[in-house]
Amino acid sequence: MTLPSTPDPEQERKRIQRGRNIAVGLLLLGLVVLFYFITIARVRA
Amino acid sequence: MTASAAPAAHPLPADWRDFFALTKPRVMSLVIFTGLCGLLAAPVHVDPIIGFTAILCIALGAGGSAALNQWWEADLDAKMKRTANRPLPAGRMDRTSARDFGIALGAASVLIMGVAVGWLAAVILALSIVYYSVVYTIWLKPRTPQNIVIGGGAGAFPPMIGWIAATGEITLMPILLFAIIFFWTPPHFWALALFVETDYAAAGIPMMPVVAGHKSTRRQILVYAVLMLPISLAPFWLEVAGWLYGASALLLSGVFLLLALRAAVFRGGAADMDMRPEKRLFAYSVLYLFALFAALVADRYLVG
Repeated sequence: MTLPSTPDPEQERKRIQRGRNIAVGLLLLGLVVLFYFITIARVRA
Repeated sequence: MTASAAPAAHPLPADWRDFFALTKPRVMSLVIFTGLCGLLAAPVHVDPIIGFTAILCIALGAGGSAALNQWWEADLDAKMKRTANRPLPAGRMDRTSARDFGIALGAASVLIMGVAVGWLAAVILALSIVYYSVVYTIWLKPRTPQNIVIGGGAGAFPPMIGWIAATGEITLMPILLFAIIFFWTPPHFWALALFVETDYAAAGIPMMPVVAGHKSTRRQILVYAVLMLPISLAPFWLEVAGWLYGASALLLSGVFLLLALRAAVFRGGAADMDMRPEKRLFAYSVLYLFALFAALVADRYLVG
């Protein structure tokens, strides 16, 4: 019988941190795009 | 909130999914929908980008409020089966992160709304965040069985904000939209509280069924369901909505009243748990609000 392998805490930490970094990056990119279009809409109005 | 119940130090940082869960996405869907209906029902043309930004800000504000609510209520959530697996009571996130996330979302939503859409809508949005986070969560919910009645105001803001974001002014219609959700909230939440009563009792939250008992709660549900009929019809009577909305409101509120009446006269016991009328009323109340606001928008575009 083999014991179920537990994920390495350091690897798990890196995985979570990478996910958070990607989420924040996408959020900032989304805001940049949104502000760009808001500016165009305000200028047009 | 008590210092004694602070979660144990967690070796791992919170996952982004936990931050997303903190915003109560299921509640947010109703907020987005009613906010969008308020925006679309307004009799003005709104630039799609500005409209999208307004709805995004309403959603971010609701998410920030939800995060602040869970930051404050982490101890209570841990005592209730329905909420025990949320990020804070489950120990997947520390309290400071939840609080900071909530403040950041709330502040960002108000600022973006003010700069991109309009400052009147931003002020009402800020008011709604403070109302939900402070007036409801911190002040009323743990103190009075009328918590839902007054706290219902927090959920009533989105369509009002949507309308104000579109028109830039407060008129009769956004106040009526506010009133519809304000009077819909008590029967909706009390129907839920009737079948999760033990959860609320365990957490020491003075929900109406816990404090006043089932009979009184069922009677009060009926009172609000009766009030919903004229309130939902008011936009039609006051000629700010057309016949399509009027007919829909009459039909939807009539069924709502019928289900509330069945819940009011129900005298069943534990054996009827699965089919209790309050469960039907709760399920219908969600459908009711979606259908009523959809009818309002359909009326605006199909009838004019």
